[in-house]
Amino acid sequence: MDLNYSATELAFQSEVRSFLADNLPNHIASAVRNGDGLTKAMMDEWHRVLNKKGWLATTWPKEFGGPGWTPVQKHIFEEENCRAYAPRVVPFGVNMLGPVLHKFGTKEQQDTILPRILSGEDWWCQGYSEPGAGSDLASLKTQAERVGDHYVINGQKTWTTLGQHANKIFCLVRTSTEGKPQQGISFVLVDLDTPGIEIRPIRLIEGGHEVNEVFFTDVQVPVANLVGEENKGWTIAKYLLSHERTGIAGVGFSMQTLEEVKTIATKIKRGTKRLIDDPLFAARLAEVEIDLEAMKITNLRMLFRAQERGAPGPETSILKIKGTVINQELRDLARRALGPLAAPFPGHLGEGNILFGPPDTAFNAARYFNNRKTSIFGGSNEIQRNILTKTILEL
Amino acid sequence: MMDFNLTEDRRMLSDTLTRYLAEQYQIEHRNSVAYESPFHDPSKWTEMAELGIFSALANEADGGFGGAGPDIAVVFEALGNALNCEPALPLLMSSRLLSAARQDQATLLEGTAHYAVAIAEPDAPYDLLDITATANDDHRLSGRKTSVYGGNIADYFLVAAKAGDCLNLYQVQAADAEVIPYGLIDGGGAAEVLFDNTKAKLLIKNAQSALEDALDAGIIALCSEAVGMMDVTYQITVNYLKQRKQFGRPIGSFQVLQHRAVDMLTEIEQSRSITIKAASELKGPNASRYASMAKNMIGRSARLIAEEAIQMHGGIAMTWEYAISHYAKRLIMIDHQLGDTDFHLNRVIGMLNTA
Repeated sequence: MDLNYSATELAFQSEVRSFLADNLPNHIASAVRNGDGLTKAMMDEWHRVLNKKGWLATTWPKEFGGPGWTPVQKHIFEEENCRAYAPRVVPFGVNMLGPVLHKFGTKEQQDTILPRILSGEDWWCQGYSEPGAGSDLASLKTQAERVGDHYVINGQKTWTTLGQHANKIFCLVRTSTEGKPQQGISFVLVDLDTPGIEIRPIRLIEGGHEVNEVFFTDVQVPVANLVGEENKGWTIAKYLLSHERTGIAGVGFSMQTLEEVKTIATKIKRGTKRLIDDPLFAARLAEVEIDLEAMKITNLRMLFRAQERGAPGPETSILKIKGTVINQELRDLARRALGPLAAPFPGHLGEGNILFGPPDTAFNAARYFNNRKTSIFGGSNEIQRNILTKTILEL
Repeated sequence: MMDFNLTEDRRMLSDTLTRYLAEQYQIEHRNSVAYESPFHDPSKWTEMAELGIFSALANEADGGFGGAGPDIAVVFEALGNALNCEPALPLLMSSRLLSAARQDQATLLEGTAHYAVAIAEPDAPYDLLDITATANDDHRLSGRKTSVYGGNIADYFLVAAKAGDCLNLYQVQAADAEVIPYGLIDGGGAAEVLFDNTKAKLLIKNAQSALEDALDAGIIALCSEAVGMMDVTYQITVNYLKQRKQFGRPIGSFQVLQHRAVDMLTEIEQSRSITIKAASELKGPNASRYASMAKNMIGRSARLIAEEAIQMHGGIAMTWEYAISHYAKRLIMIDHQLGDTDFHLNRVIGMLNTA
């Protein structure tokens, strides 16, 4: 057994580190660190920087322009990105649709769509969930009726992340009501400029806008926009959900948050004592640090197993469950460490007024509330437990 | 004889306030005023004063008709039920301090003058012993007060400051201080207040016990508000479990969610009990000990109820449109007021051997 990276991996790590030091713009890293919202321009800029280097589509096979990294290299890359406060790549085109088209797309779809994902010309978003189809995704009702060489789509999608920036959406739609619900679903690509589409913002608990509702009224989509076979979209949906499991534990983000909590607890004082010297607070922080150290190794063990087997197994649901809980605990500590200083509404006290607290903590309570989503989205932690119950426990 | 029922007077007070809030101050209205300056509704404030709600928070000698722990609990539980954002907490704490100072408080209880209590400081968020704001021999104040709830609309500040080793209470006209107003993430308003050789009136020399009483009363108010909010949050969640269907059946038919909802219920019952106990001990020799017990338990239970309500709803409770998100924010942020879970746990630890 050896917990260390090999010499080649260490060399790769320092290559990534120096690339980030030279190419990650300060204004972008500080927006990530402060948590006050990356702009579309910043996300576009970072997308171009990575694409130019050839490190954007890290999950793509070499023949489609990916760097051909091992899972461990991908892990190192993500870890270093977190360490440097680089933004997460907007995943919908690069890490979701891309791999789907590699496996299920026609040659023509691959040739026309993939280059536009890399260049950033197209911004894709995801049309999966519906108001009545959340955890039970297969019950989705958005209907696509075949009329000549078009589908006519009617229905509603929701929780469409960053849909306000997108010009394209990939959707799961119902093309048949026969058989089991899973059997009548198709995967189609839709241009958001098509007549009959309306996008409405959803305001989140902390006041931010990152998700949307998308309404379809008699939207005509060419049949050529179907990916894979009609009524076989569920296979694609499952492939997409299981394909990209590295990073699911959010270890890098938790390491960021742990550092943030330590910084705050060292700066914040209760009387003449630093908060970090309060035994109760220190005990809470130490416990989460222990959980995180274990999670780093659990994450690597599952990565190693996936590398040996060639695919991640269902046990990666453990990473989602425990990883999100660890990060939520850390966000809780960051908020409570600030005491009353966490209370202002985000943005109500400008930087100039925050004489009384570390300026990079202005959005801490907002981030705590926003972060409650991580145990809900991408298959809630309850659904992850169901997966483990069926696949590992075989109950 | 043991009786956990409310007295007739308190039941009427509770009914009056509950009916008023249900008719005049629903959640939609609350959300439309809570997040925009002045972060409350001045006309509703006046109506609530006319209903006598605030007079219930003071005793007869000071022009009210209540002022005992259970009176405070009844009013704030009803306010919590409706997620009300009016600055009743600073009013209550000001009333306790003005009573101790033997000052007239008619304009406070009538709702025509706003007072705010300035105790917390950046490095002294919760503990009176950590206060560093100073008063000189001419009663001029220097220092910074933080998170002064209701400070955005205050006419007067009641300020805890040290003259030498003595912790005193002073009154400052808002116009004489530098006030930086802001809204709170969970609704309502507050301010940072800066004093720089600011003129003040000495109200109470050696005000430690008066301040402790105001804090104890404020904690009972916050705990009662939380119990009111937890009740509503729990009810909405259980209704959702009954209505929301996934996999062809109500999600409330899944045992894992049933048991978690029962855990919420259990914690709410416990929270109500410790709050009743703390309210009954107000003004007594153990008031602060029970206030700390209540605030510690509320800190834990409010977080559980808020987080579980969001999780069991799924995405919908993460939205601004849905009432639970606003209840959850307030439930969580109550831990940042008048001492958090750990601060009060430390206080209970400190009194383990003296109880």
